[in-house]
Amino acid sequence: MKFTSSVILAGLVLAFPLVSHGKLNVIATTGDFGAIAREVGGDEVKVTVLARPTEDPHFVDAKPSFLVQMSHADLLIEGGAELEAAWLSPLIDGSRNPKIQRGAPGHFMANEGVQILEVPTALDRSQGDIHAAGNPHYLTDPVNAQIIARNIAKKLCELDPRACQKFEKNEQSFNARIDAKLKEWDQKLAPYKGQHIASYHNSWPYFAKRFGFVLDLFLEPRPGIPPTPAHLAEVIAAMQQEHVKVILCEPFLNRRTAEKVAADTGATVIDSSQFPGGIKGVKDDYISLIDHLVNAVAAAMSKP
Amino acid sequence: MRSLSVFLIGIIAVPSAVLGADEKIDIQALRQEIRELRQRTEQLERKLQSIEAAPPAQPSTLTTNAPPPTVSTPATSSAAEPAQLSKPWSPANPITLRAGSAYMNIGFDALVDAGSSTAPEPGNYLQLGGHDPFQRGFSMPNTELSLDGAVDPYFTAFANFVLQLDKNNQTSIEAEEVYFKTTALPWNIQLKGGQYLANFGRQNSQHPHQWAFVDQPLILTRVFGPDGLRSIGGDLSWLPPTPFFTEFTLGILNGNGEQGFLFRNPGEYVAAAGANYFRGRPTVAGDLRNAGDLLFVPRFATSFDVTDNQTLLAGLSAALGPNNTGQDSRTEVYGADLYWKWKSPAAEKGFPFVAFQTEGLYSRFEAGADPLGYPAENLYDYGFYSQVLWGFHPRWVAALRGEWVDGNRGLDDANDVFRGERTRISPNLTWYPTEFSKIRLQYNFDHGELFGEDHSVWLQFEFQLGAHAAHKF
Repeated sequence: MKFTSSVILAGLVLAFPLVSHGKLNVIATTGDFGAIAREVGGDEVKVTVLARPTEDPHFVDAKPSFLVQMSHADLLIEGGAELEAAWLSPLIDGSRNPKIQRGAPGHFMANEGVQILEVPTALDRSQGDIHAAGNPHYLTDPVNAQIIARNIAKKLCELDPRACQKFEKNEQSFNARIDAKLKEWDQKLAPYKGQHIASYHNSWPYFAKRFGFVLDLFLEPRPGIPPTPAHLAEVIAAMQQEHVKVILCEPFLNRRTAEKVAADTGATVIDSSQFPGGIKGVKDDYISLIDHLVNAVAAAMSKP
Repeated sequence: MRSLSVFLIGIIAVPSAVLGADEKIDIQALRQEIRELRQRTEQLERKLQSIEAAPPAQPSTLTTNAPPPTVSTPATSSAAEPAQLSKPWSPANPITLRAGSAYMNIGFDALVDAGSSTAPEPGNYLQLGGHDPFQRGFSMPNTELSLDGAVDPYFTAFANFVLQLDKNNQTSIEAEEVYFKTTALPWNIQLKGGQYLANFGRQNSQHPHQWAFVDQPLILTRVFGPDGLRSIGGDLSWLPPTPFFTEFTLGILNGNGEQGFLFRNPGEYVAAAGANYFRGRPTVAGDLRNAGDLLFVPRFATSFDVTDNQTLLAGLSAALGPNNTGQDSRTEVYGADLYWKWKSPAAEKGFPFVAFQTEGLYSRFEAGADPLGYPAENLYDYGFYSQVLWGFHPRWVAALRGEWVDGNRGLDDANDVFRGERTRISPNLTWYPTEFSKIRLQYNFDHGELFGEDHSVWLQFEFQLGAHAAHKF
């Protein structure tokens, strides 16, 4: 028993330096939430992102090292809408951190207050891996980023009232920059409003809706089901008919398939990521990412 | 509204007959637009109906930050439903089966095996695991109904009910796991209580559908019996505030019944002797006399991210408790386990990856003396399995497992299929149509001291309904 109690004592002594720090410890499941938390939190928070920006956010390994980070987190930002359904629950459970349990003040569901698209009326997996709560890739719409920045600021104020003014200032500055950028993005894409675009996975309905594109062609026959030759033939025919010039393809998807379709249709495959840091050579903040996407889409659209 | 679109189509359809080829493209575009208009009309009609049918609007707690209306084209694919605002969960919400808005998640998982073996009755000595394919032809070694959710802000709970079809196609049901866990204890401590698979090593606490092979590793069957080490009790675990992952767990369990295989196992009734026997000895009635009769299962685990793409997880476990072959007979089991995984930084659905897993176990069983039969002796069992999984393409995994078990020579070995040296080599190939189903083909090469050589081929099919529990690492 003496040994056990000395081990526990040693552990408690070790615990102190980690528990007492000034900055709020924020964990974001994916890079987009992390980037916005950084904008709003500024130097008052330390942000850790769990999923790598280049990996499929639905299939992240629940690494034990995440547990350690989560065990001393003050705030956990979860995307919700089943984005992290395959991996986050055991981490929250194993973190043993009462602050970030679902429903606790340090748990933030980012999808709350966002208008979620494509909420299915019937749940039927024969339709592919459809999310019961709707399409979770809502941060591809910069207006949703503004909503989430506001909500994160509110949450951070709740957790650290002392720094509230800073958070509000940061949030306002971030949202003002988006407002300015939105005008520019709208202008760049306005000539192509109403045109069809294609994507590999259905990750882009929010982006399409914001900028007035019709996104109805997917290389995947159903969400999460890999492309088949027959389906690709149909997509290629439809793309040719609609003169589709853009295929959005994320870094973790099969680029070769997308390039093949592009070669057959004259469309351009656009390096697209929902997550800041997911595209080489693009700065890892949210606005740079959307800037890249808008510019790349506009460039592809303007090709004859 | 619908008649309006029909009218529009009429207007366009008539003159199209007299137009040239150039105009046809325009017409197609118009047709597309009309299609979309019609869809939109239908949507609006539906929306209107639902609004009319709905009770008076309730006060909303939602943020007022709804995005401004946009010049949006009608929704995209099949899911052309009006968008809904997602709501925070509240206890007043009804039970639904939708994840995220339910009191509990309900999931069902079934395994169906088919295959054959050179062993006429593989279940008698070759496939001893409780969830192994155990006969030529078809078997249904595991179907499970699992429930999980948050009890309240302080506890989460999980229950798993297993239904199996036995050799005579009779159904057995058991409350395999039923436990709660705390979520709000201080100092990184967690308490778990109920009936559950003991936190020993890596695979013991996994359910059959999480296994990488159709059958349980030989050493686990040998030391923990067909069903694995499972009992009622409690786990106290602690995550020390170290910069890397370390976890201490102490399980204190009853350790009785068949699932406490080398512990307080009453064994099987032998009619000729009028008593229960295990390992050739009559067993003593097994009620607890004092706390020392409980089964203690300590475990230490640690993990490092070797690189951004590689993670290592290692653990040491023990299970210490009495057994029923004598008044003061005890059993000790020790184990070491290692898991390593590499995953591509740009993994699609988690592929490609390579994972290596190995476990070694050693047990010492003090067999009591039978006044009418065998004297007391110590039985040692030891062995390991090592397996490597290669997810070489999205949805495809190739795997190879090698195993070896042995022990010292016991007096009753000739009657005990759970003893004697054995080797098994098992390559397999698994295809996951989605993460809710899989098809696995496995070959087993078996060599045993007691039976010689055997070859088996098994095909396994898995399907899941409802909530899909998230995976631990």
